Amino acid sequence: MKPIVKIENVGQTFSTKSGKFTALRDIDLDVSEGEVVTLIGHSGCGKSTLLNLIAGLTLPTSGVLLCDGREIAGPGPERAVVFQNHSLLPWMTCFENVMLGVERVFGRKEGVPKLKARVAAALDMVHMDHAMHKYPHEISGGMKQRIGIARAFAMEPRLLLMDEPFGALDALTRAALQDELNGVMAKTGATVVMVTHDVDEAVLLSDRIVMMTNGPAATIGEIVEVKLERPRDRLELAHDTRFADYRAAVFEFLYRKQLKAA
Amino acid sequence: MSAIALKLVEAPVKVEPVPVKAAAVPAPAPEPALVEPATRPGERLREVLRVVIPPLFGVALLIGIWALVAIKSGNIPGPDKTWVAAVKLFADPFYQNGPNDQGIGWNVLSSLQRVGIGFGFAALVGIPMGFLLGRFAFMNRMFEPIISLLRPVSPLAWLPIGLLVFQKADPAATWTIFICSIWPMILNTAQGVQRVPQDYLNVARVLGLSEAKVITKILFPAVLPYMLTGIRLSIGTAWLVIVAAEMLTGGVGIGFWVWDEWNNLKVEHIVIAIFVIGIVGLVLETLLLMIAKRFTYESR
Repeated sequence: MKPIVKIENVGQTFSTKSGKFTALRDIDLDVSEGEVVTLIGHSGCGKSTLLNLIAGLTLPTSGVLLCDGREIAGPGPERAVVFQNHSLLPWMTCFENVMLGVERVFGRKEGVPKLKARVAAALDMVHMDHAMHKYPHEISGGMKQRIGIARAFAMEPRLLLMDEPFGALDALTRAALQDELNGVMAKTGATVVMVTHDVDEAVLLSDRIVMMTNGPAATIGEIVEVKLERPRDRLELAHDTRFADYRAAVFEFLYRKQLKAA
Repeated sequence: MSAIALKLVEAPVKVEPVPVKAAAVPAPAPEPALVEPATRPGERLREVLRVVIPPLFGVALLIGIWALVAIKSGNIPGPDKTWVAAVKLFADPFYQNGPNDQGIGWNVLSSLQRVGIGFGFAALVGIPMGFLLGRFAFMNRMFEPIISLLRPVSPLAWLPIGLLVFQKADPAATWTIFICSIWPMILNTAQGVQRVPQDYLNVARVLGLSEAKVITKILFPAVLPYMLTGIRLSIGTAWLVIVAAEMLTGGVGIGFWVWDEWNNLKVEHIVIAIFVIGIVGLVLETLLLMIAKRFTYESR
């Protein structure tokens, strides 16, 4: 498996009023094609900062990030992002929101009917075809996040970045969307980097769980490889001792080695 | 109390079921039937009254005080006299007896036209200016002292400059409207641009949208509610200023008409003009609020 993303010795410092603040240091990570990697850690550990660096929304103060061998110098449609708060544009219908990205990526090569078919297929994939012509304020939070995911997948990105995509949802909706995401990832073979603070979510979805130490100056603490075969079924895994072991390993790291004084 | 009542009802039911049922059935049956339709329109009526009654009291109070003042002073026409004059005035609002004697309709329309033209130019200049100031911090800092200095100046202070430059009364009045409309327009548009949520701009960056797409699909719709607030404030001020400007410049217009009627000592017409000015301002405000409501998006 060749790596899509190479992160080499990356550090990030911010200048604040009270001097320099080191958010990240010495980050080295490769993400291979078709791999699902989650970043987990206590809040303030810089996992979103790392994701923003891969997205190109911010640039590192030291080190290099490469995507397909080229340096990441800014955001690009080959690295689609699903934001925590869905970030749908409220003045556009769900269809138009998804179309915005599709048009940008495929607009030059393909005609309007083909573009529309792509949008419809993406909405169909997340089971939101019925809400195509609704506005974001007319649908629920879980549905909005589905549209956000559809928008990202419809662009057929090389890499999908997700910043706590289900963080704002209730537990039941979150579980439903995790299962759906698992299905979509299996269907598309997408490469995903996802930030989460939900241990079950990390074990259920990832091939590798990257656990980060507490900030400031956070870095990668340990990496757990999740060798559960896919497709993964939530109910079956609930009785699987390996699932419990992986879970325990992450909890061990988060609550014994990196316990944060709350 | 209710327990006792229940017992009293239960007791006869057990003893004599048939006659009691016959007596009981008609008794409760019409009760809900009566209660349901009776309370619903009743409540609706109460709701309507709750909305309508207080403003009616307000208007009555105003007219009462006005009548009292009219009686006490003797110079100011009372509601009755004004009403008679108004009926006569509005019987023919669009007559034309030369440039200085036209119907009240023409006067209102020419004032509105001045406001429209002055405001239109202000929008043409102010909205793009607002975008520039909102988008570029340098421009914002550059124009901030100028705007802070000029904004508190009464627009009427600019009237002589307008007269000097345009050499005519009519464009000078329009120029005053332009000056007073432009500040709210610039400031509100700039604020709207600065307040575009970072999330939306991040979406634009991640999708890699072109600058044209960013402006048409993200900036413009996000700023539109702020722009409409600017427009509403501008038109409100413009309508305030036009009356004063026209008093000074003359010609046809509601402000000039007020001054003309003062010279004719037709005070009841001045009172009518006050109402007309108020109603036109209210209508403008309501219209713009309706437009603003149409373009406000619920983002959560």
